[in-house]
Amino acid sequence: MSKLDDAPPVPEEAKPEPPATAAGYLRTSLARVKGGETGVLPVIAGLLLVSVLFQSLNSNFLTAGNLVNLLVQAAVFSLLAMGQVFALLLGEIDLSIGFVAGLSAVVMAERVQPNVGWPWWLAILSALAVCAAIGALQGSLITRLGLPSFVVTLGGLLFWQGVMLVILGSGGSLLIQDAQINAISSGNLSRLAGWVLMLVVVGVYGVYTWRVDAHRREAGLTAPPAALTLTKIVLALLGGAALVVLCNADRGILLPVYGVPWVVLLVFAVLAAWTFLLGRTRFGLYIYAIGGNAEAARRAGVGLARIRTYAFILASFTAGIAGVAYASRLRSISTAIDGGTLVLYAVAAAVIGGTSLFGGRGKAIHGVLGGLVIAAIDNGMGLLGFSAASKYMVTAVVLIVAVTIDAVARRNRPAGT
Amino acid sequence: MSPNAEGRSATAPSDEAGENPLLRLRGISKSFGPVRALTDVDLDILAGKVTALAGDNGAGKSVLIKCIAGIHAPTSGEMWWDGRHVHIESPRDAAALGIETVYQDLALCDNLDIVENMFLGRERTRRAALDQESMEHSALDTLKSLAVTSVKSIRQPVASLSGGQRQSVAIAKAVLWNSKLVIMDEPTAALGVAQTAMVLQLVRRLADRGVAVLIVSHNMNDVFEVADRIAVLHLGRMVAVRPIEELDRQIVVDLMTTGQSTRVAQPRPSRE
Repeated sequence: MSKLDDAPPVPEEAKPEPPATAAGYLRTSLARVKGGETGVLPVIAGLLLVSVLFQSLNSNFLTAGNLVNLLVQAAVFSLLAMGQVFALLLGEIDLSIGFVAGLSAVVMAERVQPNVGWPWWLAILSALAVCAAIGALQGSLITRLGLPSFVVTLGGLLFWQGVMLVILGSGGSLLIQDAQINAISSGNLSRLAGWVLMLVVVGVYGVYTWRVDAHRREAGLTAPPAALTLTKIVLALLGGAALVVLCNADRGILLPVYGVPWVVLLVFAVLAAWTFLLGRTRFGLYIYAIGGNAEAARRAGVGLARIRTYAFILASFTAGIAGVAYASRLRSISTAIDGGTLVLYAVAAAVIGGTSLFGGRGKAIHGVLGGLVIAAIDNGMGLLGFSAASKYMVTAVVLIVAVTIDAVARRNRPAGT
Repeated sequence: MSPNAEGRSATAPSDEAGENPLLRLRGISKSFGPVRALTDVDLDILAGKVTALAGDNGAGKSVLIKCIAGIHAPTSGEMWWDGRHVHIESPRDAAALGIETVYQDLALCDNLDIVENMFLGRERTRRAALDQESMEHSALDTLKSLAVTSVKSIRQPVASLSGGQRQSVAIAKAVLWNSKLVIMDEPTAALGVAQTAMVLQLVRRLADRGVAVLIVSHNMNDVFEVADRIAVLHLGRMVAVRPIEELDRQIVVDLMTTGQSTRVAQPRPSRE
């Protein structure tokens, strides 16, 4: 370790002590919010606002049945947006993921047709493998040949739509009769399984969070006080319990329907995996580094082409998961899938959630929250009987408002000289 | 022209003073297409000494340090590190030898925090995840040892730091690794008087600990305050490498602008 023995006189004020109390930690966090690091606060506020608005206009909005339906609708947007976050973090964009999702659905549906008869899991894996290969192809064109991602993935948008049409035939569709695949979006866990799983997930989260924070406190590093760590864990438990209670309520009209939908678990699993990947691993750090200053990352010895290609593979792979969820909900896949609108919704969801279009700032959770906002608008306006045209316009306004909040917050952020 | 022009051989040529230099460059040339940025450059960099690299704009200073740092591969020429023949083909190669560079643009990622910037490219991991505690401790120790104490939190993004603080982080990043050669490109260009003095003091102390320092600077005051030896580039050729005692400002300026000087340095009191 490099150390200098005699330090020169310290010209500036001494380092302030790390905040030791919960109040002090909260003050620091508040200062960060005022300084422009708003995190997920605007999108959560937006989600609450949208909920209150729609509930006051139609009392069906905040019923268990509609909210669970909303979660299932949001799944496709959230998954696509999480894929898009990988591209946006690099300061790139992936316009192809809408139709990559469509192609994933087609590959999967084709493999489980009775005359092919692959098991459901093999069909899904083959669809995801195809998507990863598409990502590798597009990522290589972008990184090895230096082509702009906008153009390469715009080509992808057209090309994969064409491939999809070839497989389906003009105006064609594929029905999915596989029970397991259809259960992803329409099947539910039993009430007991919902509770057990929620407790296990919150338990793992709680132990992990506690150990990380306690370790930091013992090591004498800046860390949230124990009370705050406990508060976080209790809030997670309350949130999990609320979700399970909501999903376990009987929402059936003719027959009883209850339980946590499988697709909600799927979104949580992808969210947890990508949050770990982006926040805790070297690969994730390099994605942020490239988005922040690619030249600095290159000089630090980061293999730019490799990391960028992997990011595009992950974007397409996540889109493939979204395609599985999409086809599962419709129990079929047809040429009616509008991958162009889906991808624009994915970009909008990521940005509404708080991901920057200029690279370097964003998280997987942003895609999930943004996807919820878009689904809430879609769902709420549908309840109120508005047309698709007005849904588009309102979604556009929300997108612009989200970007404006980010821009205004950023103005308060201290500029790096 | 060059004082080191003789003595080229397949093995590491011995130093004129009998001491082996930490890094020895012989016949380094670099072309970008038809443009020759460096021609047949010879240079010895000694451990424990501050070598200043002077030259007018476009003389090839940046290209030369990028060749040493592994950013550019030289078109031809040879390098010896500690008497060992080496090829530095990537920043990783340079880092493995113990060469660290502080660039003029500092090469920091604004969206990453201080610890992440200091460890970028060489993160410590435990199982699959980053070992944040261990990295944070080492970063804290290094910053403390460099008396960089003005930052609020080492977990704040670099975007929120002042110019002087950013420079300090960039230097701390280079020092964090047990580096044997630290290259600095115009380290004081963007700094005020007090911060410049602090950085120069830091450069001096690095050399006194036995680290070889190669510093690129336009500022003659800084060069004469901190350097032990000055190397002057003129239009991609090394025109002089001399101890500071044999030079004065006018000679260096002559060498930088015309490539030669007929003046003889006035005897000056030694810096100590």
